[in-house]
Amino acid sequence: MPAVATRARLEAVALSSDEYQAIVRALGREPNELELGMFGALWSEHCSYKTSKALLRQLPTEGPHVLQGPGENAGAIDIGDGLAVVFKIESHNHPSAIEPYQGAATGVGGILRDVFAMGARPIAILDALRFGPLEEGRNRHLFQGVVAGIGGYGNCFGCPTVGGEVYFDSGYADNPIVNAMCVGIVAHHRLRRARTDRSGDLVLLVGADTGRDGIHGATFASVEMDERSTSRRPAVQVGNPFLEKLLCEACLRLNELDGVTAIQDLGAAGLTSAAAELAHRGRRGIDLDIAQVSRREHGMTGYDVMLSESQERMLVVVRPEAETAAREVFNHFELHADRVGSVTSNGRIRVRDGRSVEADIPLKALVDGVPSRSPAAEVPDKQPSLRMPAIEEPEAILLDLMARPNLRSRRPIYRTYDHQVQDNTVWGPGYDAALLRVPGTNKGLALTTDGNPWYVALDPYEGTKAAVAEAARNIACTGARPLAVTNCLNFGNPERAFVFGQLQESVRGLADACRGFELPVVSGNVSLYNETSERNIPPSPVIGMVGLLDDLTARCPAGFQADGDLVFLLGDTQEELAGSEYWRMIGARLEGRPPIVSLEMERRLQAALLDSIGRGVLRCAHDVSDGGLLVALAESALFSGRGLRCPGITSPVSREAFYFGESQGRVIVSVAPRRVPELQKLMAKHHVPLHAIGVVGGEDFQVGSDIRIPLESLRQAWETPF
Amino acid sequence: MNTGIVVFPGTWSDRDCAHALLDVLREPVRYVDYRERVLDDLNLVILPGGFSYGDHLRCGAIARFAPVMEAVAGFANRGGLVLGICNGFQILQEARLLPGALLRNASCEFRCEWAHLRVEQSDSAFTVDCRPGQVLRIPISHGEGNFFADAETLQSLEANNQVVFRYCAPDGRITADANPNGSLRNIAGICNARGNVVGLMPHPERACEALLGGEDGLAIFRSAIHALGRVPA
Repeated sequence: MPAVATRARLEAVALSSDEYQAIVRALGREPNELELGMFGALWSEHCSYKTSKALLRQLPTEGPHVLQGPGENAGAIDIGDGLAVVFKIESHNHPSAIEPYQGAATGVGGILRDVFAMGARPIAILDALRFGPLEEGRNRHLFQGVVAGIGGYGNCFGCPTVGGEVYFDSGYADNPIVNAMCVGIVAHHRLRRARTDRSGDLVLLVGADTGRDGIHGATFASVEMDERSTSRRPAVQVGNPFLEKLLCEACLRLNELDGVTAIQDLGAAGLTSAAAELAHRGRRGIDLDIAQVSRREHGMTGYDVMLSESQERMLVVVRPEAETAAREVFNHFELHADRVGSVTSNGRIRVRDGRSVEADIPLKALVDGVPSRSPAAEVPDKQPSLRMPAIEEPEAILLDLMARPNLRSRRPIYRTYDHQVQDNTVWGPGYDAALLRVPGTNKGLALTTDGNPWYVALDPYEGTKAAVAEAARNIACTGARPLAVTNCLNFGNPERAFVFGQLQESVRGLADACRGFELPVVSGNVSLYNETSERNIPPSPVIGMVGLLDDLTARCPAGFQADGDLVFLLGDTQEELAGSEYWRMIGARLEGRPPIVSLEMERRLQAALLDSIGRGVLRCAHDVSDGGLLVALAESALFSGRGLRCPGITSPVSREAFYFGESQGRVIVSVAPRRVPELQKLMAKHHVPLHAIGVVGGEDFQVGSDIRIPLESLRQAWETPF
Repeated sequence: MNTGIVVFPGTWSDRDCAHALLDVLREPVRYVDYRERVLDDLNLVILPGGFSYGDHLRCGAIARFAPVMEAVAGFANRGGLVLGICNGFQILQEARLLPGALLRNASCEFRCEWAHLRVEQSDSAFTVDCRPGQVLRIPISHGEGNFFADAETLQSLEANNQVVFRYCAPDGRITADANPNGSLRNIAGICNARGNVVGLMPHPERACEALLGGEDGLAIFRSAIHALGRVPA
């Protein structure tokens, strides 16, 4: 029955009437119900990037070591020895707001599948989280559910959760942010692209049976939320990490078979998206028979089957002669596989139910045909920075800061995550970046996620630049060279001009910073419509970064290593307090200019760091970021349980800015006294300012006559439970 | 030493155990599929950690019915060395090869962190290289490691010297603070009466390289090598 574009029908699939007209033009007729549902899913913001696509073209995606840029299940970078690192970050914000445990768990599950679909063994998970303040019951419920869901999935699957970050701000009370990043390793010649290449190949659907869960999840993730959203709980999928583990081992084994031509994860928009993208990437067509799909329940319509987001499913494309070998692998892992279709050469996706054709759509229109949206953008004028009164009690302020939810030790969270399984974790969570051994080598991978939301809120361009700079600095502090970026752009409703302005400025900052550091963006995800009842989240880009350390023996820790070592600050401090945790603590309004990154200074700083770590000059290096200089010094003291004595510190900026400001481009380092001349020479060579801070040792944390705190008191504040 | 590492659906520390034995200790290993029934070529069988069968129903409750478990029981009865790590310990209890049960952690949370273990006896096959009172630093990673047994069983375990490891402070004191999961009497690992079957919650395979934070786990694997050296061929 040809459908009519009633308002209700379009609302159900979140398409505009212009988009509906585009569908009619592409088909040359009205779409039927299933076809409209398929378009709704693939033309959703989540799948099509229709609002962000034009902006994302600014990002640098190429480089000599890029093996796979955006457009596949995940990006891939050459790390030598014939190995590639495969990684991507993705959001699961909307489901987590409704059902935090399963929302977060399936977020982890989805990103794991993206990585092992590429033929890579997942070796690490990181999570970037944002919640409202924990004083409110619902926020605490979401926080605890999400943390439990991440652990519940990753621990059972057997991939270590080695890093990430969490921030609390009232701006996330309605819409929490749950971004999961996965990193995997694969030999170059096993790196797999999910594209079909020959018609006649068979399409197998492997893993879980298909149920009614998650129908229209992609659409649901592409509209703002309201009081009816909880009734969308059925649109949240349920995860089974045990099945995923079997699926992963099976896919890695399949990947070694001749005649397996493509492996594609079923994620957002389920079978529709997986089949369409697989076929379209290879410029082929696909013919599916949904009667062949095993189902969890009776009475499922074609619409249900094509749009279900049931988890732990993969499409595997094989040459006809390889089907038996592939089935042996599935049988070994006791996995169920249905032959659901075949590859064709006509550039169309045809969905049959037995003999009856239910949908027939040109792939180009379905995958690439969505008209771009370019909403109005509004970029506010830059605000001047404010002056705040001088501080009286730096000691009390430091103790209070260390106990703040945004700064305190994350141990109560990460100790519920298995961060060691697979025997590669050199440094797990809690430091600037996690450091993992590349299995079978003496190389290290440094991994981090970053994205201070307040800097971005103050200035999306500068704040996003700062996020990239901080991620790179975190990686350089371990001694590793930053390699490449993945990103997740979490924003509000782009149909609001101020939100689209934030997105536009943020992407511009991301592009400029990545170009400045010569870091390609190889994968990523955009999550828009993080809005509830007209309240939008603060603009929240999250940067995931991977770095390479050629020799793990050269790694540089973040904690002080030996009494008597001398501590220095690299980089200059500006009169920058806006956006700092200190300002939030004293109740200052969020206004002014955030800390500004000079890409030139930052490059010099990181080159100087890598040079001096490579020469073995540094005993420790720790990024100065949230909370400022004293918090960074206190962390380095607490990491290793060694005190610090600083004589009175003089600085051209105010005491508040020096102690608690969050100027970028700064790192604290410690060196053995005899190597100080070398450090001075190296910093002079790289034109990086060097400031003496103090001496490692003792039981106290002491700064001039201002502060003297026993290390144990400092630790107590820092280890305040959540 | 010929080691077999049993792989159930959902096992994940199989590869870590193989890495510790093969890459660090240069000992030959092979993976044993859960459907195998013959273990005659082996003199050490490891049941590694993981979530066998997804921990559905109860940790280890399904794995114990896997075909390989009959062979493992026969192997243990013939005096072969069996080491159950974490989920492997849970499976050995479900299979009644070791007494007691492992309940949900008292914190009701999964815990992954370094723990200190005091070696309580050096008679078991996996502690012959240690001295009683020695403290090993080895990580734990579990949600259900809270050792429980009824009073009678507990009494007999103590009387027969079957408690092999207890959670302790770094200096070896047995304290409540050092107990990460609520285990009765801080018990982290036990053996059978004969001393050839040992189960423990901590993961010695994660503590075999200084690079990863410590090498104390090697003492457990080296003990097995030496214990086998003593057995007449």
